[in-house]
Amino acid sequence: MPFISKKTFASLLGILFFAMAAVVATAPQVQEKQLSVYAPVATYTLPVLDRSGHEYVGLLELLEPLGRVSSQTAGGRWGIRYNSVDGNFAAGKSRGKVRGRDFDLGAPFLIENARGFVPLASLGNLLPKFLGTAVDFHQNGRRLFVGQVGIEPSFHLESGPQPRLVLSFNGPVNPTISTEPGRVRMLFKRDPVLSPGSQSISFADKIISQATYSENNGAAEIDVVASSPLLATYSNSGKTITLAAAPTETQAGQGGTGPPAVSSGPSTPKVTPPPGNTPPTIRHPVIFVDAAHGGDERGAALTDQLAEKDVTLGFARLLRHELELRGFAVQMSREGDTTVPLDQRAGSANAGQAVAFITLHATSQGNGARVYTALLPREGESKGVFRAWNGAQQQALAVSAMVATAVVNELKVRKMAGGAAAASLRPLNNVLMPAVAVELAPGPTGAADLGSATYQQQVASAIADGVVSVRDRLGVQR
Amino acid sequence: MIPRHLVISVAVMLVLVVTMGIYARRMRRQARELESPATTALPVVPPVSGRTEVVTLYVADDAAGSLRPQSAQIPLPGGRQQRAEELLRALLRVYQQPGAAHPLSAASDIRSVYLVEPGLAVIDLNAAFADEHRSGILTEQLTVNSLVETLAANVQGVQRVRILVDGKARETLAGHADLSDVFDVQTLMH
Repeated sequence: MPFISKKTFASLLGILFFAMAAVVATAPQVQEKQLSVYAPVATYTLPVLDRSGHEYVGLLELLEPLGRVSSQTAGGRWGIRYNSVDGNFAAGKSRGKVRGRDFDLGAPFLIENARGFVPLASLGNLLPKFLGTAVDFHQNGRRLFVGQVGIEPSFHLESGPQPRLVLSFNGPVNPTISTEPGRVRMLFKRDPVLSPGSQSISFADKIISQATYSENNGAAEIDVVASSPLLATYSNSGKTITLAAAPTETQAGQGGTGPPAVSSGPSTPKVTPPPGNTPPTIRHPVIFVDAAHGGDERGAALTDQLAEKDVTLGFARLLRHELELRGFAVQMSREGDTTVPLDQRAGSANAGQAVAFITLHATSQGNGARVYTALLPREGESKGVFRAWNGAQQQALAVSAMVATAVVNELKVRKMAGGAAAASLRPLNNVLMPAVAVELAPGPTGAADLGSATYQQQVASAIADGVVSVRDRLGVQR
Repeated sequence: MIPRHLVISVAVMLVLVVTMGIYARRMRRQARELESPATTALPVVPPVSGRTEVVTLYVADDAAGSLRPQSAQIPLPGGRQQRAEELLRALLRVYQQPGAAHPLSAASDIRSVYLVEPGLAVIDLNAAFADEHRSGILTEQLTVNSLVETLAANVQGVQRVRILVDGKARETLAGHADLSDVFDVQTLMH
């Protein structure tokens, strides 16, 4: 005689299944570990793996945004070349070679799916060997600073019946501001904000009593403790954030307009609007940055060793950084060496509702940079609200020309050669928003400049300033 | 003492090696002579006969980033289609001259020009034209503009131009200039 009947067994199995499903569905989302890297050429985050009690990060992925990098795997050995520096490691071995010299990783090297991973703890010593420059690695907060990129905050409290806490930074910042009862949280995910020197600062004020600085999982956070609701305002091109006690309801009713405010009401990841307005979320206008070519499509051979696809990717990362500093959010068409069809690039930009589209190219001819708008072909048939794909740019073309002129003007301000023209270049004609192509040409020292981050940054800042100068035309509020 | 047959064998092999060396050297020289006309020689005689006419070629200049009109006297046949072909070949010869302001490969050629319906001209380039074209937005666009504007300026009634490569549609000329659509002459000239 069986211990339990088949029916009972099936019931138990069903209960077990539903119980497991319920546990999975209600389990809290575990926040993925990540490493934030701040470098002059790019700011990016990478996933961190936990293996055998150590934290690991992909070495190729870490170095890829910073220069030309390639890797190869043979059996249990993994080799990487960053610019002209070679590194060799073996799976399971903690000793490897960098620049031909022994290097101790402190924990075994890891190879997974042909990708090489190094222990996070080794980055502070390992990266300078590859990069040839100092790095500052905050291991506990998983934040890595390459070169002198850090932004330092300072605090100044103006006491009184309406106290104001002024946070000054030596570079523009763009934190996510949220509130919890009794405090304001500023989360710096993409800004290389450093500690103000002390983790906690106390103020002799009844309303604003304390500010604390902390770092966790690739982000920095400044919390300000206050006993009444605070208003947050940005000034000085994003370099200053002022927290002031919010006016009372009576005052708000008399005022009408004012700076964005953070209330100390229920927790919300939003910055609330001026009193009296509908509470919207502050959304940064999105610019779509398209690094042309990529993957199988190399683009032009700029020099014997420099492919257009590699230059456009580095250039795009720099432009992203410049735009983000100016308060824009950036959507990239590609983050690595991948093939992305032209239609997909245009489709992503249109779906993402970007306010502008900038595609980046490079050439070994001419000098400076040239800016192009779409040369529209004879438009296909439009049906009702559906625009012809090859003429989608038609209605935005006038503003595109303004963007192009603004960028050329900024190039001239920097004494760089530049000109604007129209070109039959896809996917310019397929995007709905104002769109320009920028073709980076050699600088004063020739085609070698095309791979120079300093030269690219000059052009990237000209583009970003050009976009800022016509932001009203892009429908972006100041 | 070395056997006689061994001495003879070595001598024969030495002679063979020297002969083959001389032969290989001659073959290499011949190959070089065959290659050089293809890359450097330009037609010195007009390829067609016909009444010589003055035409306006829109010639690209890479340094200036623009086209400049240039008058040329070329023999043009009577037929409209052949006339269009010879016109573009004359333009091509300008770009194939040493030191041209917008150099194109010597192997570049115009296969045909079709005037298929009122207002539409189809230019069929050979594969080498596109395959050996320099890659870049400006350089490719200048080539397209030069072909289209020269054709429109000298062949009456051309309003739209389509460019094919080796008889087939091609996405881009050399990675940038989009060839998948029809160029509107009016839009392009503004």
